[in-house]
Amino acid sequence: MHELPVTQSILDIVLKHARMNRVRRVHAINLAIGEMSDLQDEWIQKYFDYISKGTLAQGARLVIDRIPVVFRCNACGWESGVETRGMKDFACPGCGGRELALVSGREYYIRDMEAE
Amino acid sequence: MSEIRLIEIREDILSDNRELASLLRSRLKKHKTYLLNLMSSPGAGKTSLILKTVERLKNRFSIGVLEADIDSIVDAEKVAASGVQAVQLRTGGFCHLDAGMVAAGLDAFDLDALDLIIIENVGNLVCPAEFDTGAIHNAMILSVPEGDDKPLKYPLMFSVSQVLLVNKTDYLSLSDFDMRLLKERVLRLNATMPVIPVSCRTGEGIDAWISWLEGKVSEFIGQ
Repeated sequence: MHELPVTQSILDIVLKHARMNRVRRVHAINLAIGEMSDLQDEWIQKYFDYISKGTLAQGARLVIDRIPVVFRCNACGWESGVETRGMKDFACPGCGGRELALVSGREYYIRDMEAE
Repeated sequence: MSEIRLIEIREDILSDNRELASLLRSRLKKHKTYLLNLMSSPGAGKTSLILKTVERLKNRFSIGVLEADIDSIVDAEKVAASGVQAVQLRTGGFCHLDAGMVAAGLDAFDLDALDLIIIENVGNLVCPAEFDTGAIHNAMILSVPEGDDKPLKYPLMFSVSQVLLVNKTDYLSLSDFDMRLLKERVLRLNATMPVIPVSCRTGEGIDAWISWLEGKVSEFIGQ
């Protein structure tokens, strides 16, 4: 739902690195986004296409790697990936503990870009 | 001819907002003003809870309210009628508040004269959870008619909040809402979060909420 400000932030960061590296054109941007985020891939691309017009990043493809939601059990330290959307009852398979801490799944990260 | 090369970036997309949020927290600390970010779905009772809170605490603290709405001023008018300063931020279609918008909204207040400012965030369980507003704590309201399954659907909101109010307990007898199951689901996402059942209508549980908030504000402003 809030793809626009996030996409603007992606463009700002990419253009900053494009200038620093004196590139002429950005072809692809590789992102890591946690599964816990509700961003829709196709909307990020649509907004990006719109706001990047006339910049070095015009036409760049956004490649999104979704990082799974992983919890760690506070009691025994066991770590496990979780499908939160279908989650009904979740306890640590190691010890049955119910106090779980989020390890990954909230990432919003630009890894790198392909440019010339 | 030029070649395509891979350029490492390794930057967090939301880092700008996080930096602004942490600047805002330093500003609040300097002025000794506690900022609470209140989030919930539309209609869960944010404005009612704010009015109750103002009524109970306005003689103890000087309070301001920052209202965020897509495009109306009805909430700010209600709050202003209760006798505290209310500032309306119209988000103009934005589904959430970020630290930059909150910082701009706070410029309308005299921070030195205020102990507590409550942000009424945009009614939405998705987007506000992703953006640090610069508040000292996040409070969330879930209302009984929304159902006890919400932690399963919106886990992030329950993970980023420091206190959960379950409002409209006066509807409990009419619904199959299971408070015990809700608490279990919430604690799995956020093991230390207090869950306070309240009813803004009957006043049930409001004492517990006021004592939580009073404790946090006093601790922050050093009273």
